[in-house]
Amino acid sequence: MDKDIVINTDKLTKKFVSFTAVDHITFDVRQGEIFGFLGANGAGKTTAMRMLCGLSKPTEGKGTVAGFDISRQQENIKKNIGYMSQKFSLYEDLKVWENSRLFGGIYGLTDKQIADGTDEMLRKLDFEQERNTLVKSLPLGWKQKLAFSLAIFHNPKIVFLDEPTGGVDPATRRKFWELIYDASERGITVFVTTHYMDEAEYCDRVSIMVDGRIDALDSPKRLKEHYSAQSMDEVFTKIARKAQRGD
Amino acid sequence: MLKYLLEKEIKQFIRNSLLPRLVLFMPVMMLLITPWAADLITKNVKLVVVDHDHSTFSHRFVNKATASDYFLMYGSSGSYDQAMELIEKGDADIILEIPHNFERDLMRSGIARVLISANTVNGTKGSLGSSYLSQITAGFGEELSKETGRPLVVEPRSATLKVVPNIRYNPTMDYKKFMVPAFMVMLLTLICGFLPALNIVMEKETGTIEQINVTPVGKITFILAKLIPYWIMGVIVLTLSLVIAWLVYGIVPAGSLLAIYTGFVVYVIALSGFGIVVSNYSATMQQAMFVMFFFMMIFILMSGLFTPVSSMPDWAQKITLVNPLRYFIKIMRSIFFKASTVADLWLDYTVLVGFAMLSNLWAVLSYRKTS
Repeated sequence: MDKDIVINTDKLTKKFVSFTAVDHITFDVRQGEIFGFLGANGAGKTTAMRMLCGLSKPTEGKGTVAGFDISRQQENIKKNIGYMSQKFSLYEDLKVWENSRLFGGIYGLTDKQIADGTDEMLRKLDFEQERNTLVKSLPLGWKQKLAFSLAIFHNPKIVFLDEPTGGVDPATRRKFWELIYDASERGITVFVTTHYMDEAEYCDRVSIMVDGRIDALDSPKRLKEHYSAQSMDEVFTKIARKAQRGD
Repeated sequence: MLKYLLEKEIKQFIRNSLLPRLVLFMPVMMLLITPWAADLITKNVKLVVVDHDHSTFSHRFVNKATASDYFLMYGSSGSYDQAMELIEKGDADIILEIPHNFERDLMRSGIARVLISANTVNGTKGSLGSSYLSQITAGFGEELSKETGRPLVVEPRSATLKVVPNIRYNPTMDYKKFMVPAFMVMLLTLICGFLPALNIVMEKETGTIEQINVTPVGKITFILAKLIPYWIMGVIVLTLSLVIAWLVYGIVPAGSLLAIYTGFVVYVIALSGFGIVVSNYSATMQQAMFVMFFFMMIFILMSGLFTPVSSMPDWAQKITLVNPLRYFIKIMRSIFFKASTVADLWLDYTVLVGFAMLSNLWAVLSYRKTS
C-alpha cells in the first residue's frame, strides 16, 4: 500500500437494525490532502466519519486511519487524529486557555509545550485579549475557529471536521478556510464534511455521498468537466437528485 | 493526563452556580432540621388529671407523671366529665383519674387502681401515651414498695384502650442519636452517588463527551477524574456532619473516627461506581435522574434507616442483603453507639468492599468510547 495514503476504506458499511447508514464505501485519502466529504442531510457522512475516528464500529468492511485498523485499533487512531464535531464541543464553562490546557494535556503535551502552543495559537487567531474569557461568552464564529485550532493543537496526522462552518457568516467562513489551508501546509490531512458548495471548490478532492454510497469522487475541476457543470453546486444538484432518502 | 482532567472537573465544579453551595447547605439543613422531625417518640402528650383523693400519695403520683418528658400537664379538673370535655375539644390527649381513697386502699389492701383514658383519634399519641403512663404507674408502685417495705401495687386500668406495655431496649430512646448517623449515610449517598452520575450524563447531553471519547483518554482515567472531586466533597460533608452532630446534638462516635472514615471510603467508592453505571446506560438527564431516584428510594427504605431490618418480612430482609446502604448504616450506628471496631464489623466491611469492586468493574466495562 502506498505509504502516502493516510485513510483507506474497503467496502465500509454501518447498519442500524434495518437501516444501512453507510453502504460499502471505498476510498483513499492521501497525506496533506484537503478531502471534502459531501452529501445531503442523512446521506451518512457523519456516520462514516465517526467510524473513521474510532467512535463507532463498522458492521462490515475494513478501513485504516493513520495506519491503524478502524475495527480494532481505535485507541491508536485517537492518538493521531484531531476531531471537531458538528455540535460545538469545547467546554463552555472553561476559559480559552483552560480549554487549550485540557486538550493539550489529554494528548500528553508538557505544561511548557501547552503554554507555548497556547501563546502561538492565540497570536495567530488574534485572540490574545480573550485568553481569560469563558468560552460561552465568545461569538459562534470565534468559538469555531478556536475549536479548530484546538483540534490541531497536538499536531495530529489527520483532522476530521464535521460541518465545521455550520451557521457562520461567509466572511468568517473564509477566514476559517484560511486556517484549514494553513494546517494543510503544515502537512496535516484535512477530512471535512460540508453543505456549502463554495467550500467544496476549496478542496483538493471531493466525494459525494448519496443514500450511504459514494456516487462521485474526484477533484472539483474534473467533476465539473465530467458533469458539464459550471460550479460544484450544479454538480451536487445533478448527483443528489437521485437520492431516495434524506429530508 | 489525570491531572488535566481533574483540573477541569474542579474548575467546572467551582464555577457551577449551585453545586458548591448545595454541598455545604445540604448537610447543614439536613442535620439541623430532619432529626427533630424524624423523631418517632411521642412527646408532649397533654395530660388532664382528675384527682379525687388529694392525698400525699396522689400528689406524688401526679408529680412523677408530669416530671417525665412525655407528658405535659394540661390541667386538672374536678370531675371525669369535665376532663372528657377537654378531650372532646381536642385540648387534651389523655385523662388520669385517681379515685377517692387511693392512698387508703393502697395502704390497707396493698392495691389501688387508677383510670387512664386516652383519646384514640390520634392513635399513636393515645396508645403510646397510655402505655407510658402505665409504665409510670407501675414504677410508682415499685417506688412505694421499696419505701415502705411492703408489696404495694398501683394498677392502671385503661378505659378506652387495651394497654400493651411497650418495652424498648433503650428507655430514654433518643431518636436523634439513632437517626443522625443514618442521615450522614444518606447525605453521602446523594453527593457521591447521584452527582457524578448526573455530571457524566450532562456531558453526554452537551456533546462534550464525544470530544473526550475521540481522544486517547483512558476509560479509567476519565471515570477517576469524574469521581475524585466528589470523593473530596464526601470527606468535607462527612467531616462537617460529624462536627454538627457533636456541636448541636452532643453526639460523638463511641468508636474510632478511623473506623468511620474507613467505612466511608469503601462505601463511597461502591456507590459512586454504581452512579457511573447508571449514567452509562442513560442517554439523557431525565433518564438518569429517574433511574437514580428509583434506586435511592429503594436503597433508603430498605436499609433499616427508618424501620429496622429485623422487623421486615423474610423476603424483604433478603433484598436488603444487596443494598450497600444497609451495611454502611449498620457500620455507622454500631461505631457511634457500641464503639464497634473494624474487626467487629469485618463482615459488613468486606461486603462493601465486594460492592465497590463489582460496581466499579461494571462501570469501567459499561463505559464505551466506541459504540
